[in-house]
Amino acid sequence: MRAIQATFGAVGLLATGLLSSPAVNAEDPVKIGVILPYSGVYASLGGEITQGMELGFATFLNGAAEIQLITEDSEVKPNIGLSKAKKLVFQDEVDLLVGPVASNVANALRDFVHSQEIPLIIPNAGNNLLTGERCSRWVLRTSFSNGQITRGMGPWLMEHGYDTVYLIAADYAAGHQMMDAFRETYTAAGGSVVGEAFPPLRDTKDFGPFFAQIKAIAPKAVFAFFAGGQAIQFVKQYDQFGLKESVKLTGAGWLTSPLYVHAQGTAAEGILGILNYVPGIDSPENHAFQAAYQAEYGRVASEFAVQGYDTARLIVEALKITGGDASDRGALVDAMHAVSFVGPRGPLRIDPLTNNIIQDIHVFETMAGAEGTELRVVDTLPAMQDAQNGCTL
Amino acid sequence: MLSDPTFLAIQVLNGLQLASLLFLLSVGLSVVFGLMNFINLAHGTLYMLGAYIGLSLVRWTGSYWIAFAIAPLCVAAIGAVFHVVLLRRMQAASPMRQVLVTFGLIYVGLDSVRYFWGDYSHSFDAPESLAGMVHLFGESYPAYRLFVIAFGLGVLLVLYLALEKTRLGAVVRAGVDDTETASAIGLNVSGTFFLVFCLGCALAGLAGVVAAPVLSIYPGMGISILISTLIVVVVGGPGSLAGAAFGALLVGMVETFGQVLAPSYAGMVLYGLMALVLVVRPAGLFPARASR
Repeated sequence: MRAIQATFGAVGLLATGLLSSPAVNAEDPVKIGVILPYSGVYASLGGEITQGMELGFATFLNGAAEIQLITEDSEVKPNIGLSKAKKLVFQDEVDLLVGPVASNVANALRDFVHSQEIPLIIPNAGNNLLTGERCSRWVLRTSFSNGQITRGMGPWLMEHGYDTVYLIAADYAAGHQMMDAFRETYTAAGGSVVGEAFPPLRDTKDFGPFFAQIKAIAPKAVFAFFAGGQAIQFVKQYDQFGLKESVKLTGAGWLTSPLYVHAQGTAAEGILGILNYVPGIDSPENHAFQAAYQAEYGRVASEFAVQGYDTARLIVEALKITGGDASDRGALVDAMHAVSFVGPRGPLRIDPLTNNIIQDIHVFETMAGAEGTELRVVDTLPAMQDAQNGCTL
Repeated sequence: MLSDPTFLAIQVLNGLQLASLLFLLSVGLSVVFGLMNFINLAHGTLYMLGAYIGLSLVRWTGSYWIAFAIAPLCVAAIGAVFHVVLLRRMQAASPMRQVLVTFGLIYVGLDSVRYFWGDYSHSFDAPESLAGMVHLFGESYPAYRLFVIAFGLGVLLVLYLALEKTRLGAVVRAGVDDTETASAIGLNVSGTFFLVFCLGCALAGLAGVVAAPVLSIYPGMGISILISTLIVVVVGGPGSLAGAAFGALLVGMVETFGQVLAPSYAGMVLYGLMALVLVVRPAGLFPARASR
């Protein structure tokens, strides 16, 4: 549909956005095909990741390599995403691919890149299988696996006295994988799940029916996963029903993403979340990143922007190892395994056993701050690494 | 859990609240459908526009009630323009062409909203006076939800009186019953239809504003509510006020109780209900035209 081409040269590319700058050397640039949603329900996420990547390349490239980005809209449709990937590989002859946001699109791309032996770096889609049973040497993930996000919260809630919990999540693969990982560690730590519900994804207009049920059961905490419009609805209605005073609301951190926490207003205060990134992380790397992002785009960087930013950095660091050469794809993937750095999230590296990222996971609490709701880190679970889950690389 | 009276009472209120929203949405669609034999799939888009225009008004003025008063008028004006420019020409067209054109309008609306308001999800708060909880049946329930229920009932009452007791209502009823005869005896049927269409648009916009503090505002919101609205119209019977009211009540209750009592079958129960009604009473439960 739309293809923006961008050539990144040595300096000053960000100020002009996606524009070409004169080539510094005569070598062919490294071509990176980007397949992200720029329309449909995840359009805002596609935009955030792209901006994060642009900032990442502008910050870290410093002439290490000549790169060219070719972006394509996945429209959040598996068949469209696959045909865009084929176009990028066969027509544009890209050296590697970055994308997508949604796991159904990632599943569609997996077999294609596996058979073509083209590196695919996933900057969001969290389906466990992509770095588990269906892992591939050519599919690396810089974002998270669904289980990696929620697994740490089971023991954490038990340690803090929440020994009964009600689970509620959107009824699709991500919702089930996040709840499964939580349930496993939570019950192993001695907690008991006293109720659970999986309302349909995007279709649920009213959470009132579930809140009546939660009131009747009266657990110590609710552990939830919703994102986007559903998350706004869930958090606001939870507050309107007066549940916040009696039952602690906890969940995967997208419940109060910086993308829409302001839309939730005071209803979002006092929620415990767990996620791979929150803007409130207190580290020099994160402060520098947030300052640069806010100067460029005028708003707080979300977890999605960070995933784009770290993806760009991973590519740059790997290209530094290969001397700016991406023609040997196996060597490029090996270089990515060798890279490790401290990003805004904390120390990062790609696990050579699964190709999933190894990263810190942060427990945070939302509270009233000077400029609206703030996400404040209360605990950090270091170097969370997935089990192999059937992956043999 | 059904034996717990407070649980039951809260669920009934939840069902009424959803029914009230669905009624505001479907009554315009239903009457236009019955009156003009016109299927306006873009009705959900008007609901979305109402919510977004309300959002901007709340941001500018800080007042929910200004949004409540002005946003429906803006949506009615947008509806009027579309009627004059596009829909009027489509009235004599085949249903398939109507469906295609209004289906296209859904996407025009979707992209317009993304252009003006962006891709992010939004929401705005209920007015201060309705933000708290009300205690009843020994339980507390959000005041705003009670307002939504009362408001839906109020609109139903006003529409009933207007339809049954006023001249305009008589023309509408005559038009629904037999358009050609009504025109032949000198009633301005097409002018009346235009008014009714605008009123339907205003009600859809109003539903958008009323829903915003409970639900969220996002570009696909009009599409996700459209299916439930169409089920209300089909189950209730196109063109009838009682049909829209009863259909909304039925769908609201089935969705609310189905989600909790049989979560895996909630969607199926709703479509099953629709299929059953279509088999037993193909014209809906309260058809406007009994003879056809």
